[in-house]
Amino acid sequence: MAEFPIIEIKGVDKVFKLQDQTIHALAGANLTIAKGEFVCLIGASGCGKSTLLRIMAGFEQPTAGEALMWGKPIDGPDPTRGMVFQDYALFPWLSVRDNIGFGPASRGLPRSEVNAIADKFVELVGLQKFASAYPHQLSGGMKQRVAIARVLANDAQLVLMDEPFGALDAMTRERLQDELLEIWERTGLTVVFVTHSIEEAIFLAGRVVVMTPGPGRIESDNALDLPRPRDVASPEFNAIRRALGAKLHSHHGKKAAA
Amino acid sequence: MTAAWRRLKPTALALIVPLLLLAFWQMATANQWTRLIPTPYQVAEYMVDFAWGGIYDDAYSATLLTHLLASMSRVYGGFALAAMFALPIGLLIGRIPAARMVLDPFLQLMRPIPVTAWLPLSMILFGLGAKSAFALVCLGAFYPILLNTVFGVRSVDPKLFEAASMLGCKGNAQFFKVVLPAATPSIFTGLRLGLGLAWFVIVVGEMTGVPQGLGAVIMDGRTLSRTELVICGMIVIGVAGYISDRIVVATGNRLLRWSLTHHG
Repeated sequence: MAEFPIIEIKGVDKVFKLQDQTIHALAGANLTIAKGEFVCLIGASGCGKSTLLRIMAGFEQPTAGEALMWGKPIDGPDPTRGMVFQDYALFPWLSVRDNIGFGPASRGLPRSEVNAIADKFVELVGLQKFASAYPHQLSGGMKQRVAIARVLANDAQLVLMDEPFGALDAMTRERLQDELLEIWERTGLTVVFVTHSIEEAIFLAGRVVVMTPGPGRIESDNALDLPRPRDVASPEFNAIRRALGAKLHSHHGKKAAA
Repeated sequence: MTAAWRRLKPTALALIVPLLLLAFWQMATANQWTRLIPTPYQVAEYMVDFAWGGIYDDAYSATLLTHLLASMSRVYGGFALAAMFALPIGLLIGRIPAARMVLDPFLQLMRPIPVTAWLPLSMILFGLGAKSAFALVCLGAFYPILLNTVFGVRSVDPKLFEAASMLGCKGNAQFFKVVLPAATPSIFTGLRLGLGLAWFVIVVGEMTGVPQGLGAVIMDGRTLSRTELVICGMIVIGVAGYISDRIVVATGNRLLRWSLTHHG
């Protein structure tokens, strides 16, 4: 297994047909992600970043090219690849504990073991007081903690996050970013994180993949070697922000010229 | 004072309209705007006799419980029968496109036909008496259960299927772990409406020549021009249907604590 990277995207095209419209969501995407990386995909809406993430999850199949995990084609969703959705997608009829235990329970583990795992991850995200609460009783930040915990509780090797903090207020977002980094550093997980915020990408990622729309393609792949914890007000941070911003908006110029 | 008022306020507000109606009824009969409708007092007196007897001692004295139990057995029996058919058919239509294409057009075509229209056919098919009453009540309760089940099954948030499958719950397992729980609030609404309609159609159901039941009492009252009997039957159906609905709602609030729409 070690000879293969955790994720390889090779020449992936994705075309959606909606009635009489054809949407070229992704054209010729190539991306390799090594185990333990924290990669952010950024770009304007319509750049295919979510499509690329959904292909990695196995929710979509590439129209052309291949998506591989450990060298094997991704042919459907799998517990090794956990997804965290922007709108949480928690099971509203299950308590926090049972939401987190959903994966282990689906694997057929005995009830006592499921509960033990669930309790461990309830604690990891600091929701002990809310273990018996239902999702509708939680704040957005707590819901997203549950969504992260249920993926971790299921032993996911790869965590795919689709603008997970996009619907949260600024303070909650910052706290969750810190907590996520802390979990990532501690567990050695691989994270692919979609966002449209340059700041968020620079704050979190070891690598920022910039994507441009129409059709969606990978514009550039930028390794960041800023030490953590990163100071969003530092000159280094700002320099990267400016450089990535220029790349993010470069396609406007190209379009105008074409 | 204010705490007591807060507790009594819902009851007080809910009583305004019935009391106004009662006052209007009293006024209308006292001023003899109509001679065919008895006064509230006469009806109340008859209700006591209907329930416990000892005032008129006629054929209907002290028979309320008998008729109520007869009607309840048909309402709950017909309702249970309706649920037995409507739930599986609804799940089938909601989940399997082929079943939807085969069954849905036919069921939609039958849906506008009122229960009253089925009365003659039902009496031919099931004979005079209790079987016909069951069939008609069942028919009345069938559609709300069916339609809400189909709606519940079809309106599961597609994200939940993705969430379940990435957590390792795939294929048929999703039916029990995602579809059914997600559809329970809708199914519950269907059952509640179905039970309400079962009470609603009980009078028609008991036009089929059954000797006992609140519907039968009302039909007898009509034939005998005993309007107080008719009104007593109406009140008992209203109260019984209301209590039955409150019990269902209370059960729902307990079972569906997770659902925001089922609080209240």
